[in-house]
Amino acid sequence: MNDLGAIYVIVLRELKKFVREKSRLVSSIARPLIWLFMVGGGLSRLVTARSGIAYTQFIFPGILGMTILFSAMFSSISIIWDKEFGFLKEILVAPVRRSSIIIGKALSGTAVSSIQAAIILLVAPAIGLHIGPARFALTLAICMMVSFSISSFGLLLASFYESYESFSVIMNFIIMPMFFLSGAMYPVRMLPPALKAASVLNPLTYGVDALKNSVFALQAGPMGPDFPLGTDIAVIISCSAVLVFAATAASGRKG
Amino acid sequence: MAAIIKVEGLTKKFSDRLVAVDNISFDVEQESIFGFLGPNGAGKTTTINILCTLMAPTSGRAVVDGHDCQKAPRMVRKSIGIVFQDTTLDKDLTAYENLAFHGYIYGIRGSEARNRADEALRFVGLHDRKNDLVKRFSGGMKRRLEVARGLMHRPKVLFLDEPTLGLDPQSRANLWEAITRLPKEHGVTVFMTTHYLEEAEVCDRLAVIDHGRIIAGGAPAELKAAIGGDVICLKTADNAKAAAELKQAGIDARATEDGLQITAAKPESVMPAIIKTLADKVLSIRVETPTLNDVFLKLTGREIRPEEAKNADSIKEEVRAWRRKR
Repeated sequence: MNDLGAIYVIVLRELKKFVREKSRLVSSIARPLIWLFMVGGGLSRLVTARSGIAYTQFIFPGILGMTILFSAMFSSISIIWDKEFGFLKEILVAPVRRSSIIIGKALSGTAVSSIQAAIILLVAPAIGLHIGPARFALTLAICMMVSFSISSFGLLLASFYESYESFSVIMNFIIMPMFFLSGAMYPVRMLPPALKAASVLNPLTYGVDALKNSVFALQAGPMGPDFPLGTDIAVIISCSAVLVFAATAASGRKG
Repeated sequence: MAAIIKVEGLTKKFSDRLVAVDNISFDVEQESIFGFLGPNGAGKTTTINILCTLMAPTSGRAVVDGHDCQKAPRMVRKSIGIVFQDTTLDKDLTAYENLAFHGYIYGIRGSEARNRADEALRFVGLHDRKNDLVKRFSGGMKRRLEVARGLMHRPKVLFLDEPTLGLDPQSRANLWEAITRLPKEHGVTVFMTTHYLEEAEVCDRLAVIDHGRIIAGGAPAELKAAIGGDVICLKTADNAKAAAELKQAGIDARATEDGLQITAAKPESVMPAIIKTLADKVLSIRVETPTLNDVFLKLTGREIRPEEAKNADSIKEEVRAWRRKR
């Protein structure tokens, strides 16, 4: 049927709106840069560089993860806007499978946040990180995978909410803890046991870790990645599959 | 003609106490305009939601264009177009982009999609605004755009849920002009809900719904006849004498405080006789059409619940405004 067309046009709509809303683009690029240069720059005076990585460089993969986390979540949660302002009904009464709508939405989030991650990735030389073409491509591919799983997670969350008022709840109780417990700002292995346990259960941890694996040439050391790249990618892919399936099931016909 | 919508014993219970639709049955003939008349909260929108497969009924059966709404929802969705009560346009896209999006999800692409979008926009008189963002449109223009969108994939049935709610008289007239051309020009069956009797006038058949039950049905003329038709209000220099003269001519008039009243199913054919009988003694004459309230009063013994005439959209906006103030 026309499910592929539907997926394509759902993504196209998101990209059009993304390009049109200049303020959204600017603020979504500004947030990671503020963290990278202001928070990272400040803390680098406090944290001594170990294993040859400056703190600003250490948090770079985490900042990529943050860019993806925020933009993919925003993009997916925008489905609550569509619900509240009715546009979702236009899609729901079309002869299109629910799963296609979910996949279309997840790919929308993937596209938008991968573009933003790519822009941040271009900033790397400014903090002294020189990533070769091969690593750049690998990093971008990982960004896409992480974007897809976070978007799917956002869609699953969005299926439980009817109005946009719930957004601050998601922001404070899900997005912020996910970010801080992802190993973005500090190595997971150095965390106290309780926080470490939470980090290990956080899917974003593996995304950030995969990015650490691909951005840094060095593999070991206290500031290096916590898990092997293979483990990271396996976790990201299985999480994506489970989340997309759950989001489809949760968005099924109600009433 | 054959029935394109068949509804048998349809019931929707949200809880034991809240029965939105209570065992209703009706048929809608192909290429006709069918009106669902009743106050808000009567079960009109619930019925539409079931017919367009957004909601499952508690019991009963609904068939649209030969497909069961429960068993073959995707086939039903291909046959229908819908204009919901609240706008379902993307305000950040242009009119044309909204239609292009619609085309894609219904499998219409390329030049075919462009032609149909242009045709649909011309049909509702919005072609010159096709590249404007929808957020700059008035309420009436948004509604017309939604009608255009609902027609773009050439549905067999177009559902319109309170299509003129919140529109000014000019926009309302424009929209009606477009809707009434649908069955003949496009072979589309129109299923609409309204709580305005004057709008129900253009329907070929009507069903009056209240508290989830159909309490009357038939052509508008039949319904109006059931409450005696229109009322002709007449003023003359000598009302008692005029009444007597009318009675001789076979016209039954009753005296009121400020004149005479004559009930007639077709006032336009009674008026010449009145003028002829009374000649220049007539000071003023006017026709009052029964309102839905009159029909309702007659059918249920009570007035339409007034608080429900409110637009859901405006309630939402009020809530937001209230939140902003705090």
